[in-house]
Amino acid sequence: MSAHAGAARALLPLRLDGVCFAAGGRTILDKISVEIGAGPSTVILGANGAGKSVLMRLMHGLLAPTAGRIDWSDPDRGRARQLQAMVFQRPVMLRRSARANVIFALQAAGIARSERERRADEALQEVGLSHLAGRPARVLSGGEQQRLALARAWALHPEVLFLDEPTASLDPSATREIETVIKAFDASGTKIVMATHNLGQAQRLGDEVLFINQGRLVERSPVESFFKRPASAEAAAFIKGELPWA
Amino acid sequence: MGLMRFFLALSLFFSLSSEAQQRFITVASTTSTEQSGLFKYLLPVFEQKTGIQVRVVALGTGQALDMARRGDADVVFVHAKPLEEKFLADGFGVKRFDVMYNDFILVGPKSDPAKVGGTKDIVAALQKVKAAQAPFASRGDKSGTHFAELELWKLADVDIAKDKGPWYRDTGSGMGPTLNTAAGMDAYALTDRGTWLSFKNRGDLVISVEGDQRLFNQYGVMLVNPAKYPHVKKEMGQAFVDWVISPEGQKTIADYKIGGEQLFFPNAR
Amino acid sequence: MAEALLGAIALITSWDAKLVEIVVLSLEVSLSAVFFATLLALPLGAAVAVARFPGRHALIVLLNALMGLPPVVVGLVVYLMLSRAGPLGQFGLLFTPAAMVVAQTILILPIIAALTRQAVEDAWLEYQEQLRSLGVSGVSAALTLLWDIRYSLLTAVLAGLGRASAEVGAVMIVGGNIDGVTRVMTTTIALETSKGDLPLALSLGIVLILLVVLLNAAAFAVKEAAQRKYG
Repeated sequence: MSAHAGAARALLPLRLDGVCFAAGGRTILDKISVEIGAGPSTVILGANGAGKSVLMRLMHGLLAPTAGRIDWSDPDRGRARQLQAMVFQRPVMLRRSARANVIFALQAAGIARSERERRADEALQEVGLSHLAGRPARVLSGGEQQRLALARAWALHPEVLFLDEPTASLDPSATREIETVIKAFDASGTKIVMATHNLGQAQRLGDEVLFINQGRLVERSPVESFFKRPASAEAAAFIKGELPWA
Repeated sequence: MGLMRFFLALSLFFSLSSEAQQRFITVASTTSTEQSGLFKYLLPVFEQKTGIQVRVVALGTGQALDMARRGDADVVFVHAKPLEEKFLADGFGVKRFDVMYNDFILVGPKSDPAKVGGTKDIVAALQKVKAAQAPFASRGDKSGTHFAELELWKLADVDIAKDKGPWYRDTGSGMGPTLNTAAGMDAYALTDRGTWLSFKNRGDLVISVEGDQRLFNQYGVMLVNPAKYPHVKKEMGQAFVDWVISPEGQKTIADYKIGGEQLFFPNAR
Repeated sequence: MAEALLGAIALITSWDAKLVEIVVLSLEVSLSAVFFATLLALPLGAAVAVARFPGRHALIVLLNALMGLPPVVVGLVVYLMLSRAGPLGQFGLLFTPAAMVVAQTILILPIIAALTRQAVEDAWLEYQEQLRSLGVSGVSAALTLLWDIRYSLLTAVLAGLGRASAEVGAVMIVGGNIDGVTRVMTTTIALETSKGDLPLALSLGIVLILLVVLLNAAAFAVKEAAQRKYG
């Protein structure tokens, strides 16, 4: 499905310049500067509390930085929002059928009524949930709901897909199913930006790694060299599993 | 502006119900008159004859007259002549007509702590009640009955506002609730015969004093002055006033009985 | 007590025309009030839940406080407004069922609004990030949430209905308890009590309670069914 690639590179690259975020008197992110371009899947690694989730929300626009700038190539923030999608650690579904939830997202994105059903069905098929299309979304299992969240994102044909620890609450088989869908997104041309603390998953899905430690961007490398020859001491410790919770 | 439209919509909404299509007048009257059951007996006869529905809002006499002063009634039918005459003098009524009278009675506990049972002299009885400090339940609500009670205390040379003690219970409520209170605490109370006859929660109360001329209770009827309030339904209101003092209306009043006993005595001239 | 219970059963089974008239009017008035109050309170509660503006917390406190509006005070204020001597006298609404609906609507609006606000705010906490990610905020978000939690809102609506059908102070003052026109269950009970006919008053009271219990049971069943279906 390369319709996603057709969404012309309107948003990327994403530029963060000196981005800081503080809350409740605490500094959570400290002067993050990075440029995220199209192509390789970007995995954001770090221990719990390192600031990964906050960084994701800043990039997606759910939070505003307390200092610094975040710019997409398209200065129109409304349009920029429409070309992104985000999947959270816990899927949030409305009290409607699985299909209706996908259609809801399409309606919110302003997709024409005639298009919505077709795209919804196509998305459900892509993630393997067609047989559960009419089921109330909230009675589905955790893994099924997360797949539904991905279907909801798929239907929007986003240019960028943010994923915040999408499998942290799931069992191994559900995790595998999710990873399959993420790979499909990647293959179709959607830029993946995923936060995780699952090292195996990072290696399976990521092309490049952004390593965050105590609110700072410590290292950025291709995934293979990050795991084989980490450039920083913190990264090395993290990989060895010795990094204390931040 | 939006609020007014809301009310308009609401009143239209309810106008759709048949009850609002009816021709009707609003009569401000007293709780004692309504609770005696007179209206239930009297009004259907008038409605049958004229097709005019009579809606009675029953309050204390003072409140009924106040309501009419605000223009919320077409006719008043109350029993406190001095208050009615003031109402007239202030320009709120057109003309006052005597309609009927009934009487007040003093009810009290069977045990009769003030020893007033059987007497005909209400003034002496009240003096005895005060002397014995026997419990007394007063309406205290600006009603015709309350007004009459205050007049009687004056005749008994008692400044009740100053001389009342814990034995004097000011309930601030209608005749029924006051009788409920009196029955509940074995107290004396002044009540109109009509309410007493239809009152079911008597407890140990019996009639202590009756028959004194000073217990005479006169009812009057007035059309609210359309010059003051142009919206007053003057034709229908006048029709009601005229009928109530007509021979037919007066006979109907006389025919109303509870347990074979006549409650109200028509005396229109 | 037993006499009153038997009296209540006798009243219901005899299908006394007067009783039916009073019950029907009571339902008309209270259900109409619930209808209008809900129409106004749902958007109000949802708006306060989702929007952020200066003085929001003060408004929430006010709404919660107004849940305890004394019915008799509401009745008095509405009376003064609708009286011929008052600002809205020209509509001639005083002593009609319409006036009773107005008074009860004002009385229960804060209850439904405050409870709606609480429910919508709880839902907003859960849905906020996802909805904003999908580009849904403001009015759109409020409406989405209202529809999503519609069965929970039933509880708020029922609370309003309970208050409306139980109160006597407001309807007595603005309605005038006119026989055959504005006499409802609560004012009839008050009247019969003051006439000393306590058994009848008690029986009517039991009928009123039964009615309210029935309505609540029906709503509960609807909620349960929805819960099982939608999760």
